[in-house]
Amino acid sequence: MAERVAIVGVGQTYHRSRRPDVNQVELMNEAVRAALDDAQLTLKDIDAVVMGNMELFEGNYLVDMWASDGIGSYLKPGMKITTGGTTGATISCAAFTYAASGLFNTVLAVAFEKQDEGDTRAGLISVRDPLWDRFMAIGAVATFARMGRSYMRASGCQEEHAALLRVKADRGACRNPYAHLKLNLTIEDVMNSRMLIWPMRLLYMCPTTVGAAALVVASERKAKKITKKPVWVQDWVTVHQQSARVHRPGEEARVRTIGVGETSHERAAQLIYKRNGITKPIRDIDVAEIYEPSTWGELIWYELYGFCEPGEGWRWAEKGVTDMEGEFPVNPSGGVVATNPIGATAMIRIVEAALQVRGDAGEHQMTRPVRRAFTTAWGGQNWTVATLLSKSI
Amino acid sequence: MRQEPFVVPGKLVVPYRYFVGRLASKALIALRDDKKVMGVRCPTCNLTYMPPRSTCGRCFSKLEELVEVGDKGTVLTYTVVYHKEPVHPMEPPFVYGLIKLDGADTALPHFIGEVEPEKVSIGMKVQAVFKDKREGNILDIKYFKPQ
Ligand SMILES: [Zn+2]
Repeated sequence: MAERVAIVGVGQTYHRSRRPDVNQVELMNEAVRAALDDAQLTLKDIDAVVMGNMELFEGNYLVDMWASDGIGSYLKPGMKITTGGTTGATISCAAFTYAASGLFNTVLAVAFEKQDEGDTRAGLISVRDPLWDRFMAIGAVATFARMGRSYMRASGCQEEHAALLRVKADRGACRNPYAHLKLNLTIEDVMNSRMLIWPMRLLYMCPTTVGAAALVVASERKAKKITKKPVWVQDWVTVHQQSARVHRPGEEARVRTIGVGETSHERAAQLIYKRNGITKPIRDIDVAEIYEPSTWGELIWYELYGFCEPGEGWRWAEKGVTDMEGEFPVNPSGGVVATNPIGATAMIRIVEAALQVRGDAGEHQMTRPVRRAFTTAWGGQNWTVATLLSKSI
Repeated sequence: MRQEPFVVPGKLVVPYRYFVGRLASKALIALRDDKKVMGVRCPTCNLTYMPPRSTCGRCFSKLEELVEVGDKGTVLTYTVVYHKEPVHPMEPPFVYGLIKLDGADTALPHFIGEVEPEKVSIGMKVQAVFKDKREGNILDIKYFKPQ
């Protein structure tokens, strides 16, 4: 990388099911102003703007063009990015790359989703392979149900373990002023919520959220001038993989145990750990903000990210390892199962991780110091973005 | 024997509804209830935008000051549509124009009607024709006709 890169400003809107008071551009504008304020910069300091969302969710295809007034890209270079659930992380990585290239010193990244304006399910169906997958109209719920069922049968995990993690997420969300669902849940509430597809209950699935997020990213020289608390972007990685079906021989055993074959999660985690000398995540990483659209995903992905051994994820849930006060906290913000403005969700992981590194997360700030944070994003069909943020370089 | 490539038919029908925001809502209420065409002024740049928007793209100020831009304006440019497509809002031939309303610094795309397409010209003075039953969107102006 030509230049080292830091996050020097973060912003997000509050998150709700509906925002009838604002249009799409006004929603993004709230996050942009918050990020500029946080960086104590004005638009004059911004050299380029990268933005995006999931276009078919709102039925717009050139939002980067007509939103330029509100996001601050008027007469500035930049581009729009749409990569499913990973959108917000891919936008962030593009901004990191812009700043690292030496071509731009200070870059604004903007992500949003206004899910109260279209039909997300119809949009989601369009992400499937039109020749072989789409006719089944399988959405995210069925995907996680399949994973949860396989995992329970193979590992000894019970539904209670997922419920424990869902309550953990809610505790985080209740402390997070920006979170969407704050429900003060008990295990009983979770296990009595409506069954969608066994073992997927309503509360194991993320909500339909309206919201936006923004980041200000700067090259090393610039970052040190802008802030006393830069959050260094140590590394980022993107891995693509085929859809959820089994495409390669030899994956049958994996499908029986976790409902999917080899995943982009494992590859991304292995790659970023190796490049950064991480051999034991529980020791080398202080907090993780992962993209868990479902609690069943969170449980299984602890294993795929190599946080714990295969088959150990549910035992971690039992022991509270990933609670905010636990040995390896995951999603102190409440995570995606509490707040999911899809295009912005993956950027919120980075925003929240950056706040933890800075020590500015407020009520859901970890009590012990955070030197290094790990974030992930996951998009349909199998696409993972992982980042490592660090207090020092 | 002629062989055709196989296709799998597909169709997505997705309904949308777009919230316009507080500022544009006020402008559309004025249009619906009083046939008043409103723009928004940026006091820093001394520019009036129509359609209204909440942020000035030049100076990034928040914009709040709605001002009436009037129902009369000038055709900056136009085009005539002669062919028929299912998505078209009316039967061809019809005319699209960019109309700069007298009180605005920006142009509004809209239809030009009550005139032979061949007689439309750049610089032509036009005025809005309002719908009788208005619903609070930009089509409450049916089209612009020559003054
Ligand atoms: Zn201005």
